[in-house]
Amino acid sequence: MVQINLPQNSKVEKGTYYKDTTGSKNIRKVNVYRWDPSSGKNPRIDTYEVDMDNCPSKVLDVLNKIKNEIDPSLAYRRSCAHGVCGSCAMNMDGKNGLACTKPHSEIKGDINVYPLPHLKVLKDLIGDLSTLYKQYESVEPWLKTSKTNENKENLQSKEDRKKLNGLYECIMCACCSTSCPSYWWNGDKYLGPAVLLQAYRWIVDSRDEDRKERLKKVADELKLYRCHTIMNCTNACPKGLNPAKAIASIKKMLATS
Amino acid sequence: MNSYKIIDHEYDVVVLGAGGSGLRAAVGLSEAGLKTACISKVFPTRSHTSAAQGGISAALGNMGEDDWRWHMYDTVKGSDWLGDQDCIEYLCKEAPKAVLELEKYGVPFSRTEDGKIYQRSFGGMTKNYGNETVQRTCAAADRTGHAILHTLYGQALKHNTEFFIEYFALDLLMKNGQCKGILAWNLNDGTIHRFRAHITIIATGGYGKIYYSATSAHTCTGDGNAMVLRAGLPLQDMEFVQFHPTGIYGHGTLISEGVRGEGGYLLNSKGERFMERYAPKAKDLASRDVVSRSIAIEINEGRGVGKEKDHVHLRLDHLDPKVIEERLPGISESSKLFANVDVTKEPIPVVPTVHYNMGGIPTNYKAEVITMNGSEQTVPGLMAIGEAACVSVHGANRLGSNSLIDLVVFGKAAAKRAAEIVKPGMLHEEISKSETDKSLQRFDSLRNGNGNINTADLRLSMQKVMQSKCAVFRTEKTLKEGTKEIRKPFEEMESIAVKDKSLIFNTDLVETLEFDNLIRQAITTMDSAYHRKESRGAHAREDFPKRDDKKFMQHTLSWCNGSKTKIDYRPVHRTTLTNDVQYFPPKERVY
Repeated sequence: MVQINLPQNSKVEKGTYYKDTTGSKNIRKVNVYRWDPSSGKNPRIDTYEVDMDNCPSKVLDVLNKIKNEIDPSLAYRRSCAHGVCGSCAMNMDGKNGLACTKPHSEIKGDINVYPLPHLKVLKDLIGDLSTLYKQYESVEPWLKTSKTNENKENLQSKEDRKKLNGLYECIMCACCSTSCPSYWWNGDKYLGPAVLLQAYRWIVDSRDEDRKERLKKVADELKLYRCHTIMNCTNACPKGLNPAKAIASIKKMLATS
Repeated sequence: MNSYKIIDHEYDVVVLGAGGSGLRAAVGLSEAGLKTACISKVFPTRSHTSAAQGGISAALGNMGEDDWRWHMYDTVKGSDWLGDQDCIEYLCKEAPKAVLELEKYGVPFSRTEDGKIYQRSFGGMTKNYGNETVQRTCAAADRTGHAILHTLYGQALKHNTEFFIEYFALDLLMKNGQCKGILAWNLNDGTIHRFRAHITIIATGGYGKIYYSATSAHTCTGDGNAMVLRAGLPLQDMEFVQFHPTGIYGHGTLISEGVRGEGGYLLNSKGERFMERYAPKAKDLASRDVVSRSIAIEINEGRGVGKEKDHVHLRLDHLDPKVIEERLPGISESSKLFANVDVTKEPIPVVPTVHYNMGGIPTNYKAEVITMNGSEQTVPGLMAIGEAACVSVHGANRLGSNSLIDLVVFGKAAAKRAAEIVKPGMLHEEISKSETDKSLQRFDSLRNGNGNINTADLRLSMQKVMQSKCAVFRTEKTLKEGTKEIRKPFEEMESIAVKDKSLIFNTDLVETLEFDNLIRQAITTMDSAYHRKESRGAHAREDFPKRDDKKFMQHTLSWCNGSKTKIDYRPVHRTTLTNDVQYFPPKERVY
C-alpha cells in the first residue's frame, strides 16, 4: 500500500505558548514552525504573543522581535532586510514571500509562519536549497562569447538590453519554485521556474553566442515541459517578475526553431 | 576541546567571504590553477554587494572625455588626502580594464544610444582635476551590485571554484607571525573544519552593524576584521565611518546617490535646495561626508522636515517618469515599500545613515596585509580585499561608486599576487594544536554562556552607544564618554546567555560570535576617533574643525586585546606608483 499519511516523525505537534510579558493591549499571536534536528523530536508550532505597539511594519520585524526579546533560539535566514538578498524567503499566511518586504498588516488574524514548502527543513524556518542551486549551476549562468578584445566592451543596443529586464533582477529566493506543484512532485528533475527564468536570461542575451545549445539543453520532457502553466510562480514572486512568461517564451522559441 | 569533531582540508588559497571581492579573487585564483576554497557564512548571492545600487566607477569615457588621472585626483581629494596615492593610482588605472572584464563576464550594464556601457554622474566625480562633473559611474539601472554579484558567482561556477557555504569562520590559525589557515564551523551539520592554506584572503566586508541605524545588512559584522584583531594584528583608520546622506528615514534602507546623479536634489523644511549653500559648485553632488554634514547642520538648526524636524526630503518628482522607470526602478520600489512614497509624486524622507567603513585591515596595493613593527611589514600568508581591507584608497571618505571598483580591482590583484607566491603542490606546515584549541575554547565558552543577558540586548546597547557618541559630528566629550561606555557591553559578555546549545544552524550562537566580533571593532573605532584630534573626511570633530596635516596626515593603527587598545600611526604614502602621474599635494578641500 502506498502511504498517504505523513510519516510519524513529520507530524507537527503543538509547541510552547509564549504569553506576553509586556502588558501591551495590542497583541498578535504568531504561530511559527519549529524543528530542531538535534533534538530527535517532531516538529512543532510555537505560539508567541507579540506586542505590536512597538513593532515595525514587516513580518521580518515580528520575527526579529521574537528572536531579540522572547526566544533567541528561533532560527531563520535574514540579511539585507530590503528585498535584494533573498535570504528571508518563507511561507507567511499560506503564501511564499520575503519576510522583509511582507507587511504584517496584510495578514488577518494569527500570523502563521512556515518554511518554504516542500523543501527538506534544516532547522525551524531554514530550508535546504542545495538542489535548486545545483540546478542553477546546470544552466551554465555565464556569458559565452568568442569576443576577447580586452579594450572594448561588447556592444548591445538599448532594445536588446531591455530584453533582460524582468529577468536579471531575480534574487534566487526560491519563492516561485517552492510554490510550484510540478516542482513539488519532480523537484529533482524539473528545473522549476527560478532556474528556467535564469536559463532564459542567458538565452535572450544578445551578447551570448550559445543560444542554440542552451535551448537544446533545456528542451527536455522533465527539465522544461513539467511546467503546466499553473502560474503559482508568477503569483509568488516578491520582485514582481514573471517566470511563467519566461518559460512560455522558451517553449515558443523551441516550437518555432 | 576534544569533544568537537574536526575535519581537515588543505588548499593553496582560502578565500573567506563570497561577495564581490571574494568572488573576483576566487575566479582569478581558479584561473591561475590554484586549489582554491571559498568559504562564506551566507550563500554567495546573499552577500551585501547585492545591495550596491548606483554603479561602478571607471574612466571609460563613454559619455564624454575622461582620464583615469582625473579619477585619481577626485579620489585623492575625496579621501581628504588620507588615501595612499600609489594605491589610488593602481585603482584608477586598472578600473577601465576591470569594468570591461565584468561586461565580458556578462554583467547586464545599461546602455547608451550607441550600445556602449551607460555611465552616470556621481558625487565628487569631475573632469579635468575638479572642474565640471563627469559621467564616470557605470550602471546597471540602480541594481549594479546585484548584477555584478550574480555575474561573478556565475564566473566562479564556470571555473569550478570549491565553495563551503554556510560555514562560519572562527579564527585565523597563526604560526610565528604568519597565517597558515583558518578554523570554521559548518552550520549545516555542526562540524568544525580546519583549512590549511598557503594564503588566506579575507573578504568579509564591513562592520556597519556596530551602529543602530545602518544601510548595512544584518550580516555585516566584520568577522574577518575581528579575526585579525584576535591574531594580534592591527586595524587601520577605524574612525572613518561613512554616513550615506540618503538612507530612508526610520528604516535605513539605502537610496542611491544615483538619484542625485540623475538630477534629484535635497530640500529642507523651507523648501530650500540647501546644498547650494554648502557646496556652491557641486551642490547635491558634493562628496558624501560633505552632504551628510550639511544635512546634519540643517536638522540641528531646526530646518529639518517632519513632526520631529529630524530628516530632510529628497526630491525627484521633477524627473521624466521614463528616466525613473529606466534608470531608478529599484529605489522606486524601496521607497514604496519602506516609506510608502510614490517617487513620481512625492519626495523621499531621508537622513544620513551609516553605510561604509573606510577603515579595516591595512594592506598594500597587492592586497598583502601589512603591520607596523618599526616600519611597514607584510604578514606572510595573509591578504585582505574589499570593504574589509583598508588599502587605503578611500582614505577619510570614499566616493560613491568607488567601492564596487575597489572590489574587482583588488580582488583581481590579490589573485595575481597569490599566483606569484604560491606554486602548485607546495607542502603545508603543521599548525600547533594549541592554536586550534584557543579558538575552540572561545567558541565553547560562548556556546555555554549561561548568564542573564541576551546577545540581542548587548548588541543593542553597543549600537546605541556608537549611534550617540560616534556619529556625524564628534567632540572630546562625546568620544570620551563613548570610550568608557562602549566597554560596558564587552565586559557584560561575561554574563551572556546563549539559549540554543545545539550545533546545527544555531543562529543564537552565530549572532553571539558576531557580537564578539562587532564589539572589538566598536572599541577600536571609538578609541581611534578619540585620538584623532582633527577633522578630516568623515571624521568631523566640532572641537577641532580643521584638518591638521602636520600631525595627522597619518593612518591610525589600532590593536585590541580584550577591551584594551593600543593606538599608533603610519605615515600616508606621499608618492605615486609610477611616473604616469604626479603626486597631488594636499590642499583645501572645497566642492
